[in-house]
Amino acid sequence: MDYSKKISSQVANVPRSGIRDFFELVQGREDVISLGVGEPDFATPWHIREAAIYSLEKGQTSYTSNLGLIKLRKLISSYVADFFHVDYSAQSEILVSVGVSEGIDLALRALLNPGDEVIYHEPCYVSYSPSIVMAHGVAVPVATHKEDGFSLKAAALEKAITPRSRVLMLNFPTNPTGALAPRADLEEIAALCIKHDLIVLTDEIYSELIYGDTPHTSIASLPGMKDRCVLLHGFSKAFAMTGFRLGYACAPAPIIDAMMKIHQYSMLCAPMTSQVAAIEALENGAKSVEKMKNAYHQRRDYMVRRLQQMGIDCHSPGGAFYVFPDIRKFGLTSKQFALRLLEETCVAAVPGDAFGASGEGFLRCCYATGMDQIVEAMNRIEKFIKSL
Amino acid sequence: MPINPLLALLAQKARYSHQELADLLSLTEADVALRIAEFEANGTILGYQTEIDPDLSGNTDVSAFIEVKLTPERGGGFDRLAMRIAKFDQVESCYLISGGYDLNVVVVGADLREVARFVSEKLSTINGVVSTATHFKLKTYKQNSFTYEVEEPEGRLSVSP
Repeated sequence: MDYSKKISSQVANVPRSGIRDFFELVQGREDVISLGVGEPDFATPWHIREAAIYSLEKGQTSYTSNLGLIKLRKLISSYVADFFHVDYSAQSEILVSVGVSEGIDLALRALLNPGDEVIYHEPCYVSYSPSIVMAHGVAVPVATHKEDGFSLKAAALEKAITPRSRVLMLNFPTNPTGALAPRADLEEIAALCIKHDLIVLTDEIYSELIYGDTPHTSIASLPGMKDRCVLLHGFSKAFAMTGFRLGYACAPAPIIDAMMKIHQYSMLCAPMTSQVAAIEALENGAKSVEKMKNAYHQRRDYMVRRLQQMGIDCHSPGGAFYVFPDIRKFGLTSKQFALRLLEETCVAAVPGDAFGASGEGFLRCCYATGMDQIVEAMNRIEKFIKSL
Repeated sequence: MPINPLLALLAQKARYSHQELADLLSLTEADVALRIAEFEANGTILGYQTEIDPDLSGNTDVSAFIEVKLTPERGGGFDRLAMRIAKFDQVESCYLISGGYDLNVVVVGADLREVARFVSEKLSTINGVVSTATHFKLKTYKQNSFTYEVEEPEGRLSVSP
């Protein structure tokens, strides 16, 4: 059978993930030190795992409300109010999703009509463009630059806005650059969103992992923005709960209603075990988050310092757990650099172009990796670049 | 958890080299050496030990947790008696605690008999010790934050988005 005629063209046209390609190269190799991961190296804190086990022992294995357990939504509501300074009703403005990934998919499908344009900043998380395309939207990337700390500048955004623009996607701190958006940048972006009547999806998944003194600002907390924002957050990164697959969306009730329609038929609800674990995370997890964050902070400082000492141009990213060094001066493409680094030193780091064309010339190195391994990886990279 | 980040790291792993500590804390090696010397001099750092799994090391010593009731003394309370007990080599730890008894004393000996002899001949004969109750340790699951079972998180992909 000719399956190429059987697969939806919408899906067939989505290109293969650059990460997936690289993963296949790394798979099966022994002794690889991987700086290529996108998740914490810590196992989920024990008290959270234990809460999940206890709920299984008690037989809490049923469906929950489509929106998620009300106890969890109430906790999310107060957590978001404390941390992001935005108030959402636990009854009608919060949906518990299977990771932020599902939240993004739900929001895009709920908001887009075929041909609507979605603007996002690049380099960015690998799912944005495919998620937009699979929701029948048109992906409009806006390049961000090292010189601006990879923040999104309003002037660049404005150039990308057309009459078909419907949604702006933001992700600060950013995977893969670790970039933050200064409040002043967000205020200018917010003004443009109001002027051009855009809805903003703000992916806040790394927002706890910020290492400077400036508190995190979500665009949803700026005046007039709550009404046009979908705030997406989850437990994967700060609480080291990637495998629990648990996130949430906070938005005005009509948007949550629309997302709910899709969620109830496609997913029904997020797994109850994960929801119970998330309750424990929110009630008692602050100390665990702080401990992991301190470890990331130390590792970031070390990795940046080592890369800079080697003469690699690497800014110190404000958040997340990635550094994004500039490797253009070595005269290799990101892919060539990453491939040779892997083959010659058994260190895996992800080529920047896997995160969009504007990531070319950069490398994503994750410091959610044990310190011993980071030290060894840096030693190997130092040797490698001397050989170039 | 100590608030000082240098102490926090040393509490986790005493064998960090000065260079490693300097890397982690964004200090110079000389700075780290100086601060550690200060902590050692002023008694903040009491010493460094290695956590050893007794089963794997072949250590056959036995330990007992002993509940001790004391008669407090005018002026000093429990301190003089507690220190007198704590100074014995056989005593690994000694805590004043709240509740049904006064001191929790951890005693280590080569075998059951040696511990029993210490309790009956030394501990319980001290003037002021009212009673003792000895509980022998059968198995250790966690000690000084070390869980006696290594947990290897499995399944993390080597490359992921």
